[in-house]
Amino acid sequence: MSKNKNSRRDFLKLGLLAGGTLVTGSMIKTALSETPENDPGSNIKVLTPDGKLVEISKASIKAGKEYVSPKASHQGIPHRKFVMVIDLSRCKNARKCVEACKVGHHLPSDHEWMKVYLMQDSSKQSPYWFPRPCFHCDSPMCASVCPVGATYKRSDGIVLIDSGRCIGCKFCMTGCPYSVRVFNWKDPEVSEEDKKVKYSPETGIPQVEGTVGKCIFCADLLRKNELPRCVQACPMGVIFFGDIIEDTVTNGTDTIPFSQLVKDRSAFRYLEQLGTEPSVYYLPPTERLFPFESGLDDLDKKVLARYKNTPYMKNQKKLKNDK
Amino acid sequence: MTNNLEKHIKALTPEIENTSKSWKLLFAVFLSFFALGIFGLITQITKGHIVTGMRDNVVWGLYIVNFIFFMGLSYAGALISGVLHLFKAEWRKPIIRITELTTVISLFIGPVFILFCIGRLDRLGYLILYPRIQSPITWDVIAISTDIVGCLIFLYLSFIQDFAKLRDFDGLKVSPSRKKIYKTLALGYYDTPSQRHIIEFSKNVMAAMIIAIAIIVYSVLAWIFGVTLQPGWHSTIFGPYFVIAAVYSGTGVVIILMWIFRKVYHLEEYITKKHFINVGVLLLVVAAFYGYFTFSDYLTKWYGSVRMDKILIDKLFSDFYWLFIFSNYIGIIVPLIVVGFPRLRTIRNISIAAVIALLGLWVNRYLIVIPTLETPYLPIQDIRPAWNLYKPTWVELSLTGAGVSVFCMLFMLASKIVPIVSISEIVDESEDTNDEILLSE
Repeated sequence: MSKNKNSRRDFLKLGLLAGGTLVTGSMIKTALSETPENDPGSNIKVLTPDGKLVEISKASIKAGKEYVSPKASHQGIPHRKFVMVIDLSRCKNARKCVEACKVGHHLPSDHEWMKVYLMQDSSKQSPYWFPRPCFHCDSPMCASVCPVGATYKRSDGIVLIDSGRCIGCKFCMTGCPYSVRVFNWKDPEVSEEDKKVKYSPETGIPQVEGTVGKCIFCADLLRKNELPRCVQACPMGVIFFGDIIEDTVTNGTDTIPFSQLVKDRSAFRYLEQLGTEPSVYYLPPTERLFPFESGLDDLDKKVLARYKNTPYMKNQKKLKNDK
Repeated sequence: MTNNLEKHIKALTPEIENTSKSWKLLFAVFLSFFALGIFGLITQITKGHIVTGMRDNVVWGLYIVNFIFFMGLSYAGALISGVLHLFKAEWRKPIIRITELTTVISLFIGPVFILFCIGRLDRLGYLILYPRIQSPITWDVIAISTDIVGCLIFLYLSFIQDFAKLRDFDGLKVSPSRKKIYKTLALGYYDTPSQRHIIEFSKNVMAAMIIAIAIIVYSVLAWIFGVTLQPGWHSTIFGPYFVIAAVYSGTGVVIILMWIFRKVYHLEEYITKKHFINVGVLLLVVAAFYGYFTFSDYLTKWYGSVRMDKILIDKLFSDFYWLFIFSNYIGIIVPLIVVGFPRLRTIRNISIAAVIALLGLWVNRYLIVIPTLETPYLPIQDIRPAWNLYKPTWVELSLTGAGVSVFCMLFMLASKIVPIVSISEIVDESEDTNDEILLSE
């Protein structure tokens, strides 16, 4: 217990120091304990916990230390049950979670495991930003319908995919009511380095053509007692992550009892009525820290275009035209 | 008697002795469509599924539509040969061969379409190596393979007597090796009373079995959709609805094939207006059921106005308006009217109604698969705008064309090898009047 708390404090420091860099702070220590390889071109600059800027090999970061085989990945981390709480009142569509996820899992350029939706429940209700990871349901439709057991639910709550087993029937994609899963429709353009990486369902690296991918709660980091990449990357502290058995969640800055947070803030789960029992809870977008519109500022044109068909944007356009 | 048999054999095996020019020409046309499909398939395998119109939201497209459609056609055999066999409807005899061939041929084509949809064909064996019985796909694998075996046995049972006739008939000018094949396939059948009894008994058992299996196969297929939580799919009515729809398409395709075979092979003497009206009435009854199921399904979705159902219905009546009207109005009402009014019951009218019913049913399958996938719970906000909606590409269209071509080609090949109308059944029918005592033993 106390050990966990310490590691959370480590996060906190790392998270603050690493700031906007794309590096997943958690891995720095691992990386630094190794001798930096002199491989120009694949080096990356990172901040150490004590504020020094150092250059280390990219490969030493992503490989991690302990390899978890597909078979071993069926075993959850003992005595753990992971839970995520997303505070909608804090999200301003900064998209750092999306980027950190893409970079951390070496995803193809147009793939997103974490998505931020522009949501508006009805025209009279206010719009809000809705980050959506995999919900790691306790009654997962995707795992139920898989004909070959390529996707499975673990004792610690995580739903994983074994790309080496997946036959690409896409039944899980129609099974998932949250559109979480993405398919590798073409060659995922795996980098030369990643081709040498031994595949583990806990890292999802490398992605395989003709198979399904999705958010895996950064199972590789959790094994090292570290927070998922999206949690670390979020500058607003939107995403809380923790353990339902320990009854603690943290966003890297604040550590709160899960049950209290859920109770005080009237947490809900998306589409609760479907009975999938998600492991991701949402805190309603009340008393927001940022105005909704700020999420539209400084957006890449391509990103902005994806929201074009939402009722909100259509309405804005209409109002603009009326003027 | 011998003359009679010779006449029948000659008429019913028009392509066995020699191959006509038009046969070759038509075969070449279908073959080129097939080649185009193969080219499409090679493109898909080399470049990946990105060449199809399927994307992260609409993960199933034309392939699944065709899969359900062809599996539905296989109902022709289950219904007409199975049910009519059990009810001992004598008029069925000239058309059972067509229906049984339809069943087996479409049963082979249907599952192939699902293979096109699978991302890792090289891992297909995993379905058997690492099966999970909890998955409806595993149910499907078991059901379809059982169905194929059952239908092949049923088809073969009806062939044995014909093979024996072809073996014993000296007037047939074919190579000795071909004769030998017929001899082997006839399994030493010499029409003794005990042999005849065994074969009739087996046919009865198999007829009952393939009806049951066919219902299971199509229900399982429907449950692949029904068990998911997707709007429009998550419906308890889907099992029986799919079964009825399958019977509808099976009946429709039999009428169309009857018309084609009658015209092409001049079978006017065997396939008469009576057959068209009888199968037409079947089509009418099934159309009524099918229309009723369709109506119930959409009415409850529309009236209850659950948010997602409402979005789906709105989509069907906007983006898919004409397809919906064609499929679920015209495709049901036309057969009802044409067969419903005796004055309209001509061979041509019934055949046209069958074509409309069949096309309408294909569109209905399309409307079940695609609009639902375009209506996920979370609104589609993809970074790639072209990925939002489904549009089939040439690869999918070419493979669809290839599927239809293979269907036709297999029929043409079948007509070269076996009688297109069951000779034994026809001869028995004409013997019935003279030798009633003999048969009753």
